[in-house]
Amino acid sequence: MSEAVALPRPLLARLLRRGEGGFPFLAASVLALVLICALLGPWLTPHEAGKIALADAMTPPAWAEGGSAKHLLGTDNLGRDILSRIIAGARVSANVALYAIVISGLIGASLGMAAGYFGGFVDAAISRLIDVQMSVPSIPLAMLFAAVLPPGEAMVIFIIVLSYWTWYARLVRGEVLSLRERDYIKLAKIAGVATPVIFYRHLAPNVLNMLLVLATLQFGSVIVFEAGLSFLGLGIQPPNVSWGGMLADGRNFIDVAWWLITMPGLAIMASCLASNLLGDWLRDTLDPVRRQI
Amino acid sequence: MRAYFVKRVLQGVVAIVGALLIVFVAQRLSGDPVALMLPMDAGEAEFAAMREALGLDKPLPAQFGIFMVNAVQGDFGDSYQWQAPAMTLLLERLPATLELALAGLVFALLLAVPLGVVSSVHRGGLVDRAAKVFAMLGQAVPGFWIGLLLILFVAVELQWLPAFGRGGLSNLVLPAIALGWYPVAAMTRTLRSSMLDILDSDYVRMERAIGLPERWIVWRYALRNAMVPLVTMIGVYFANMLGGAFVIEVVFAWPGIGRAVVDAVFARDFPVVQAGVVLAALVFVAVNLIVDLSYGLIDPRIRHAKA
Repeated sequence: MSEAVALPRPLLARLLRRGEGGFPFLAASVLALVLICALLGPWLTPHEAGKIALADAMTPPAWAEGGSAKHLLGTDNLGRDILSRIIAGARVSANVALYAIVISGLIGASLGMAAGYFGGFVDAAISRLIDVQMSVPSIPLAMLFAAVLPPGEAMVIFIIVLSYWTWYARLVRGEVLSLRERDYIKLAKIAGVATPVIFYRHLAPNVLNMLLVLATLQFGSVIVFEAGLSFLGLGIQPPNVSWGGMLADGRNFIDVAWWLITMPGLAIMASCLASNLLGDWLRDTLDPVRRQI
Repeated sequence: MRAYFVKRVLQGVVAIVGALLIVFVAQRLSGDPVALMLPMDAGEAEFAAMREALGLDKPLPAQFGIFMVNAVQGDFGDSYQWQAPAMTLLLERLPATLELALAGLVFALLLAVPLGVVSSVHRGGLVDRAAKVFAMLGQAVPGFWIGLLLILFVAVELQWLPAFGRGGLSNLVLPAIALGWYPVAAMTRTLRSSMLDILDSDYVRMERAIGLPERWIVWRYALRNAMVPLVTMIGVYFANMLGGAFVIEVVFAWPGIGRAVVDAVFARDFPVVQAGVVLAALVFVAVNLIVDLSYGLIDPRIRHAKA
């Protein structure tokens, strides 16, 4: 009975996704904002992200007592503007997430396609590789490589690719396993279509939607992973600005300056939430039958 | 069942060997370990002697052989910082990490089970909708940030609970919430959907027809069966929590293996890092194995099917 009555959707859900299946406008805007900040960062920041101004140190956000309109989100212990640093941090987050996802998607999808299509020894070898990779928890693995590789963006991307490619490989392998039994693939084989052409023309377009959905959903989770590494001091190194690094700095002043740990965290949360919502919408739109990711 | 058991154990062994191979490769990437072990002013002869003692002058496959033989005995070398066997150091800290991960799991279940059951029974109700929003937000918030916020509000502002260290139950609460936060959403959704399936099944309808109290049906009969998919997840999440604990331990200064490994990374104490990764992989594989093999205990259908 209760199903028949149209219940008012919660306010938050209404704001974030207008109606069932509607385009998540707010989520898309947040992601667009992150990308714009990443591209145009240095021209958008009200102050220079690394500029130290000890006279302005520990200014609270503008709306709090003692805040000033000069620094909307306040300043840190060295007087650096938090808003400018968050905008600068968007560049690192977006950069790492985009590279990491594209590379793990390419590696994972190629291996997954090969495993699903060729079967036999190739499948067994790739599947064992996936098993091994998945049996090493990603955070300890990240620490292992953080200990031996020079720190920086390239290392963070490498570490993320190492633990994320398996998702793409498993997804594509499963899909290709069922695709290769379809008539049009079998007929293409009989007709003598070259294997690379089958991959490129017939398999790839069929898994592209799923890859796009997974990539969108993982954009946020990669940002969280990178923030975690940088928070531990194993990821992006100062003077480069990252949201995780800002949280690590702010942690030392947790009892005097609440804005230092809330603001960068909100930036992480907003980007991750936005990517999850957009990913959900993409999945419902592109793959309405299975919704299996 | 026996064949299945053997197959799963073999898979576990392959995974561990693979993990050891990854660790070995990383070790070779790290450059010359001898440089870290000898004093700055050591001569070329001392270097050569040390290399020979460690087997570093042999070809790579032989080195991997030596590494494996030592690894199987739990020997990853001595910690450069503490001058004690790396694995022993970590095993001393393992109980603290297990305690934290277990507490996180308990917190997640305490929240997820009632939420999942109530949102399936009152579909579309207030709890169901609130749980959805909560899940959406929860999936987007990193656990270590939750930890920082908990320290800020509960420990610093309200001063209800201690923010750092290990000790009594009061020390355990905040890190457990930070660690157990993430899986709540997924667990709630899994339990909700399996409860919905089961509440719609013939035997539940039968129980209703007999006139059993609804509370009995839901909490005693339906929940027990609906727990099966959740138990699968519990293994995976418990194993993930051991990894996630690495970050949470740093936030709360918790004296577990995670913090030891992070410290070791900064101190370039490679044996401890290696031992930590292998230990994490071992526990991860073991937990998943135990979960896979224990379905039969919960669901007799699986037990008899494979017998």
